[in-house]
Amino acid sequence: MKTDQLIDMLANGAQAVDPHVLRRRYALALGAGALVTALIVIVLLGVQPDLGRAAWLPMFWIKLAFPALILAGALLATARLSRPGSRIGHVPAVIAVPVLALWLLSGAALLNAAPGEQHALLFGSSWLACPASVAALSVPMFVALLWAMKGLAPTRPALAGAAAGLLAGAGAALVYALHCTETSLVFVGVWYVLGMFIPAVLGALIGRIALRW
Amino acid sequence: MSAIEDRLRELLVRGLAGDVTAYHEFLKALSSHLRGFLRGRLVRLPDEVEDLVQETLLAVHNQRHTYDAAQPLTAWVHAIARYKLVDLLRRRAGRDALTEPLDDELAIIAVSDAEAGDAKRDLAKLLARLPDRQRLPIIYMKLEGRSVAETAQLTGISEAAVKVGVHRGLKALAALARDET
Repeated sequence: MKTDQLIDMLANGAQAVDPHVLRRRYALALGAGALVTALIVIVLLGVQPDLGRAAWLPMFWIKLAFPALILAGALLATARLSRPGSRIGHVPAVIAVPVLALWLLSGAALLNAAPGEQHALLFGSSWLACPASVAALSVPMFVALLWAMKGLAPTRPALAGAAAGLLAGAGAALVYALHCTETSLVFVGVWYVLGMFIPAVLGALIGRIALRW
Repeated sequence: MSAIEDRLRELLVRGLAGDVTAYHEFLKALSSHLRGFLRGRLVRLPDEVEDLVQETLLAVHNQRHTYDAAQPLTAWVHAIARYKLVDLLRRRAGRDALTEPLDDELAIIAVSDAEAGDAKRDLAKLLARLPDRQRLPIIYMKLEGRSVAETAQLTGISEAAVKVGVHRGLKALAALARDET
C-alpha cells in the first residue's frame, strides 16, 4: 500500500472525535477502581468502629488530606503523561511538597517526643499492615487506570506507569484511612508514604512493558 | 514556521470535528513533514523511512483523540514521531543509527518532502491478516468509502460493531506493522 492510499484510507469516513475522552476514561477508571477498593475495605477490613468520634480529631482529617493532595498531583501527572508532547513541568514538585511538609512535621514531632514515646509514634500498632494493605488495595485502581491509559498515548511508558501507580496508591491510602486507627503524624509520614511508593515503583516496571503502543 | 503550525493545527481541529476533507489535507501535509524529518534522521537506514512514515501516520490517526487543541500541534506530532522513531531504533538494537539529535520540536515542520519512497512492508498484506469483523468494515468503509449503514448491511453486523471493528482493526494494523519491522 502506498502512503497516499493509506492517507485516503485513514481519512475516509473519519468521524468526529470526542474531545473529552481522556477525562471520561480517567473518571470511569477512578470511579470503578475506588468503588471496588471501598467495598474491600468495608467488607474485609472494616471501617473503624468509632469513626464518629475519630472525625472530631484533626489527625483523622490529616490522614485524608495527605493522600488527597498526592492524589491530585498524581492525577495531573497521569493526565499529562497520557498525551504526547505534554510536559509534566512542576507536577513532581507539587507531589513532593506535601511529602516534605509531612516529613518536617514528623521530624519535629519525634524531636519533641518524650524518649520512650518515639517508638510508638513511629510504629504505632499497625506499621506492617498499613503499607502492605495500601499497596494491595491499590491493585483494582491500578488495573483500571492501566486500561484507561492503554487507550491513550503515553510516550514515556515507565514514567506514565509510575504516575498511575502513585495515583492508585494515593486513592488506596485515602480509603484505607477509614479503617486505620493510628493517630501519629510520623506514622503517616513513613508508612502511608511507603504504601503509596510501592505501587508507584511497580507501576513503572509494569508500564515499561504494558503501556507500549 | 508558525504559519505551518497554525495551518496544520486548524486542519486537524476541523478534522477532529468531523471534517473529512480538512483531515485528509492534514494527513497529506503531515506526511511530507514526517518524511522530511525522518529522512534526515534515518540517513543510514533510508529503506526504513517510508515504512516509518506510514507507521507514524497510523499512530497519529489512532491516537488523534489525545490531541488537546490548547497544545502546540508541533509538540504533539513531534512526540509521536520521536516515539515511533526511537521504538524502531530500539527494535533494531542500535540507537547508533541515529545521526541527528532529537530534541528540537520545530524540526518536524522545518522540512518537507512530498516525494514518497517505496514502502518495504505492505500494509495491504497485513490488513488481510485481520479477522473478518475488523477487516471487512475497514475494506468497505475506509477503502471503498461506503457508509456505516451500508457496511453494516453488507457484513451483517450492527452499525456499532462496524465502528468498533474499524477502530480496533486500525489499532491491530498498527500493532502488526510494529511487529513486522
